Amino acid sequence: MTLILGKKSGMTQVFTEEGKALGATVISAGPCTVCQVRTEERDGYNAVQLGFEDAPVKNTRKPQLGHFEKVGTAPKRFLREERLDKPSEHEVGDQITATVFEVGQLVDVIGTIKGRGFAGTIKRHGFHRGPMTHGSKNKRAPGSIGQSAYPGRVFKGMKSSGHYGNSRKTIKNLEIIRIDEARNLILVKGSIPGSIGSLVQVQTAKTGVKKG
Amino acid sequence: MNVIDQIEAEEAKKFLPTVHVGDTVEVHYLIREGDKERVQLFIGTIIAMSGRGISRTMTVRRLVQGEGVERIFPIHSPRVKDVVVTRRGRARQSKLYYMRDRVGKSTRVREFVGDKARKERDSERERRDAFAAASEAEANAAPEATEEA
Repeated sequence: MTLILGKKSGMTQVFTEEGKALGATVISAGPCTVCQVRTEERDGYNAVQLGFEDAPVKNTRKPQLGHFEKVGTAPKRFLREERLDKPSEHEVGDQITATVFEVGQLVDVIGTIKGRGFAGTIKRHGFHRGPMTHGSKNKRAPGSIGQSAYPGRVFKGMKSSGHYGNSRKTIKNLEIIRIDEARNLILVKGSIPGSIGSLVQVQTAKTGVKKG
Repeated sequence: MNVIDQIEAEEAKKFLPTVHVGDTVEVHYLIREGDKERVQLFIGTIIAMSGRGISRTMTVRRLVQGEGVERIFPIHSPRVKDVVVTRRGRARQSKLYYMRDRVGKSTRVREFVGDKARKERDSERERRDAFAAASEAEANAAPEATEEA
């Protein structure tokens, strides 16, 4: 698995050579610092820990500061591990840039979706709405949630209103349409979770089946 | 300048002809016929412009054998080679969707004439020539630069 950490920069439109307009998301990816190397012998698995974006010292906890001091970098805001099949070739302190990916490659993007607070069933589960006029009293109400005396209860897992958003989401198999080495940018086709400036992980697609 | 604006500025065309809603235009559009590519003209009236930045589009309407045909062109598309204004129109609305209900003589847009129109046309011509000269100079300068290198 190849991983890079980044930040959603926004969306735009790019044209292909055939003149097709594609919706694209710009991700400011990397440079990431290798903060720790995990090995089979010591940790039971192979991985590297990547850190992205400097955080102010005053906002970093003391144990974390010690961790970064060992690496010899400024404290990082975003730490994630990249699992590897074989021992890593990287050493602590190495820099990883967007060039670990290629144009045309499929990636999964993991991020936190926008929080919607306490949301109704229409927004949260895509229920249909009732008629807005003709004396309707069922405008955005969920409707029936069960039967009668039998079973006499509401089944578990019934889709209902409640907190929605601010949760982890993976968008699978997005195509990389451009990589900008100079500015550390990755452009992927389609949208990704979160608002502008939210932190995301970009990694090799798990299934790798192209959409559409 | 943020990253999105930078990318859009690079992606966008360096020269865009000034067009307005109501203008009659020739759109030089690159079409593919088998393996060959050729430029097709689409002549009609601009009835709407929408979007901003790189995603700006214009809707061009024309009548073909009494049947209205509308095409939406992304103005920054590499397929749109050129847009030539053949007649300026004076439109009081930003969207001329009322054209869809009209037939015959009433489909015409009043022409934009007078000193202001002339002045704008001349300045537009100057801008076009200046850009053509600049890009030609650049094209001439580029081969020499590569030879030196």
